[in-house]
Amino acid sequence: MSLDKEKIKHVAKLARISLDEAKVNSLTKDLNSIFKFIEQLNELNTDKIEPLTSILNESLRSRKDQISDGKIREKILKNSPQKNEEFFVVPKVVE
Amino acid sequence: MNKEKFDYFINSEKGKYEVIIGLEVHAQVLSNSKLFSGSSTKFGANPNNQVSLIDSAFPGMLPVINEECIKQAVKTGLGLNAKINNYSVFDRKNYFYADLPQGYQISQYKSPIVGEGKVTLDMPYGSKEVGIERLHLEQDAGKSIHDMDPQYTYVDLNRSGIALMEIVSKPDIRSPEEVNAYIKKLRTIMRYLGTCDGNMQEGSLRADVNVSVRKIGDKKLGTRCEIKNVNSIKFMQMAIEYEAKRQVELLDNGKNIEQETRLFDTKKNETRSMRSKEDAHDYRYFPDPDLLPLTLEEKMIDDLKKSLPELPDKKKERFINEYGLSPYEANVLVSEKEISDFYEEVAKLSDKKLAATWMMGDLFAMLNNKGLNISNSPITAKNFAELIQSIKSGEISGRIAKEVFEIMVQSGDNPKKIIESKGMKQQSDPKELEKMINEILTKNKDKVDQYKAGKEKLFGFFVGEVMKLSGGKANPQLTNEVLKKLLKG
Amino acid sequence: MSDLTNKNLKEIVENIKLKKISSLDLTQAYIKNIEGAKKLNTFVTTTFDQALEKAKQFDQKPNYDQILPGIPLAVKDLFCTENVKTTAGSNILNNFVPSYESTVTKNLWDSGAFLLGKLNCDEFAMGSSNETSFFGNVINPIGDQLVPGGSSGGSSSALAANLTPATIGTDTGGSIRQPASFTGTVGLKPTYGLCSRWGIVAFASSLDQAGPMTKTVTDCAIMLEAMSGFDEKDSTSIDKKKEFYSKNLKDNIKGLKIGIPKEYRVDNMPKEIDELWEKGKKILKNLGAQLIDISLPHTKYALPTYYIVAPAEASSNLARYDGVRYGYRSQKSKDLIDMYENTRSEGFGDEVKRRILIGTYVLSSGYYDAYYLKAQKVRQLIKKDFDNNFTKVDAILTPSTPSSAFKIGEKTNDPVSMYLNDIFTVPVNLAGLPALSLPAGVDKQGYPLGLQLIGKPLDEQKILNIGYAFEKNCSFKNKINKWWL
Repeated sequence: MSLDKEKIKHVAKLARISLDEAKVNSLTKDLNSIFKFIEQLNELNTDKIEPLTSILNESLRSRKDQISDGKIREKILKNSPQKNEEFFVVPKVVE
Repeated sequence: MNKEKFDYFINSEKGKYEVIIGLEVHAQVLSNSKLFSGSSTKFGANPNNQVSLIDSAFPGMLPVINEECIKQAVKTGLGLNAKINNYSVFDRKNYFYADLPQGYQISQYKSPIVGEGKVTLDMPYGSKEVGIERLHLEQDAGKSIHDMDPQYTYVDLNRSGIALMEIVSKPDIRSPEEVNAYIKKLRTIMRYLGTCDGNMQEGSLRADVNVSVRKIGDKKLGTRCEIKNVNSIKFMQMAIEYEAKRQVELLDNGKNIEQETRLFDTKKNETRSMRSKEDAHDYRYFPDPDLLPLTLEEKMIDDLKKSLPELPDKKKERFINEYGLSPYEANVLVSEKEISDFYEEVAKLSDKKLAATWMMGDLFAMLNNKGLNISNSPITAKNFAELIQSIKSGEISGRIAKEVFEIMVQSGDNPKKIIESKGMKQQSDPKELEKMINEILTKNKDKVDQYKAGKEKLFGFFVGEVMKLSGGKANPQLTNEVLKKLLKG
Repeated sequence: MSDLTNKNLKEIVENIKLKKISSLDLTQAYIKNIEGAKKLNTFVTTTFDQALEKAKQFDQKPNYDQILPGIPLAVKDLFCTENVKTTAGSNILNNFVPSYESTVTKNLWDSGAFLLGKLNCDEFAMGSSNETSFFGNVINPIGDQLVPGGSSGGSSSALAANLTPATIGTDTGGSIRQPASFTGTVGLKPTYGLCSRWGIVAFASSLDQAGPMTKTVTDCAIMLEAMSGFDEKDSTSIDKKKEFYSKNLKDNIKGLKIGIPKEYRVDNMPKEIDELWEKGKKILKNLGAQLIDISLPHTKYALPTYYIVAPAEASSNLARYDGVRYGYRSQKSKDLIDMYENTRSEGFGDEVKRRILIGTYVLSSGYYDAYYLKAQKVRQLIKKDFDNNFTKVDAILTPSTPSSAFKIGEKTNDPVSMYLNDIFTVPVNLAGLPALSLPAGVDKQGYPLGLQLIGKPLDEQKILNIGYAFEKNCSFKNKINKWWL
């Protein structure tokens, strides 16, 4: 299969990365060669194979229901590019 | 199911449509800490104060699951008569939003913790079953606040990462009334189980509503629209009514319904398309590599099964059989676990039937007026039972009982004490009554003569006089008997 | 006294314990080296003042029971370090200062070491040459125009140039072993789950593992002992007793069965690599090991599988870099979506964008089954290949890389040729196994080459033992002439 520019633009939209036309062109070229390489997998018949969900043969470990975190607003907000004393601040969302 | 009595349809010039409704209820799990972090879940904290580095998705942060949330989901599943899956997987649901710090929500997609189940609704036209498709665990998002600044949106992550149970119904619901009954039933079950407080004002219970319409007789389901995040039953009902009419109009005009996500505007009372969500339909689910598959041991499920309280359907049946209540009474009295507990305590100490009547009448009216609920009722179950017993034994009349009830509400006092200190005991001694009645008859000789001459209406006058003289304490039945006897003589 | 920075970690620790050198003198010696080696571009951030302070504190109140007593260490800039800028080699984290310390680095500091600085790496560890870093490419001390490998290129370069006595990296598809091979040093990727991932900037969660990079196998054992261990904050951390790898190091490998997989002899492999492999086999055989030919039939599918799984996980792991809570935010935005798109476009470099797009695509509606699900199935086959053979052999010997270090810019225009660098290292990550890269020889240009020992899950001690025996009998000596001075 081949990836056209429209597909790449759509995927970039999903990934929230803006691309100019030149970038779209170079990515189209790169991604097509990468996918050509990836598609070697099609040689393999995997119909009866279980997908691997986890490399560890263990069950999920759980923790006790205790309040052990939080109350660190200053630390949480410290690195934010835009904030006030209580909130993260972002440009308005257009619904 | 009792389909023929069911009567919610949309009639248009071109035909009669039925409305097919499925609900995705998001119920906040009752737990101290969040699903994957140790931050508190308490409602109403200062903004961003219940946020850990995990909830705000700092680089390198990893989730560790809260065992209590797993148990709560299993309990809820058991309460919904559902299949518990001892293998389930957490997936990432990927989309961007300011209040979704990870850029994905940890949820369960292909392998949920709970499978198919069912809920029984009591409708005026009989009982109706609604199928449960699945229940899965997922993280809540934070909150975007759009109205604090004209230019910017503020983000509070206190809710980010709190555990939710998403309970997905089958498209078995057919009317706004059934939506009401379904949500209330779910809430009752979860409150019995202690797995969700069901508080809709605080957002502990919200729903996405799937609506489609089809002409009566059609077998195929129509295209559905999903109305996102509606947080009250009233709004769900309004949204459904609007949406069903909109779809019927489109179909009548030969237009297609587009499958889309819509928003219910509570101010305009209409649903509208959420364009911004359009490309977000591609959530790119995949198993979360930071977590392993969740396996449940049979013993854990068994232990939880054993620990389950008696649930409303069972309890209702028992109330009918054991206490001789009508299905209606039983239904009302099991609607909240606290109410049923109160009732049972009262019923054990007094007359079962009278207790039900008085609870559903005077007690509920009083609580309702005062904006209270059964757990903070000014009258304790024990005192209430004594009041019922006093009525039943004839110690006080119904009328006096209402007075005693009022005083109990004011003072919180024991009814015996009130009756004694205020001398409100019913006069049930025939000799005492005879003495009192003779006195009245003597005083009203003229009226006695008129009565004897055939003016029988005057009987009521004598009763009134007896009540007046006794301060309402005369036993009415006995008064009647004695009066009749003495007037004859 | 002689320059201790030429020595290996074990010797340095001995010198500290014998009080032949103070922690402060040692730290100052490294600072001097680092300041003289700016041309190599190995450091993104230095923490000299803090390090000198820690060294003084150690000297005043030394604790010689610790396994890294008073040792200054530089670490890859993918480990979050408390109050020290952590960039992951990216513009999008250019100004990020964590308020927390990764479990692995904390384990090192708890063993007596302290931070000397943060080492350059490929952006979000995506690269095999350290050319994708926002902070510029790192240079291999082996030669002026050579890449140091990647993604832990700053780590390998700093180690080989004596700018840190040992270091740590992360390995998602070869990011420890390939740079170790390119710089003539030792690198270990531990079993998935042996070292906590908590506090390490994530690339691909099911593949990422932190591990030691050192001058010798003994040093590797010391570092692994210090950094590894169960961490309840990481759900994929293995709950097991701590092992004492350095104390238990043995050079007797008599009777061990070493598998030689035929699929690792790939087309167009330089003759030198083949000769190196033969040399390795001979050494092990002479030490009494038994060589067994084995087959890992799905080896050729490992790299394509990797280039689905890793980007898929990365596309999701990197969604959190959105300019809201930390890091870079574009100022050119009219609304939220615009802000995201510009922030991520300006904040991420080309290779990261490529991988995010690959990952987004393979997970997207209509393509999931054909790519992601397919890859998870093939991953199962690759794991089974190893499982089947590990009933017959104790370890597997392969080359670490298909070539020696290449020139800067040589492969930047052809992503696939760059990806092929990891052809021998990637299967190990997909199967969650431990693997050790050992310097074993040089090519005709004199550039180092490495051999890889792959072990069973949690069999680090055994591959370290084999490596230890190998090292004693290999007589490899790294030749670095400090041309940058």
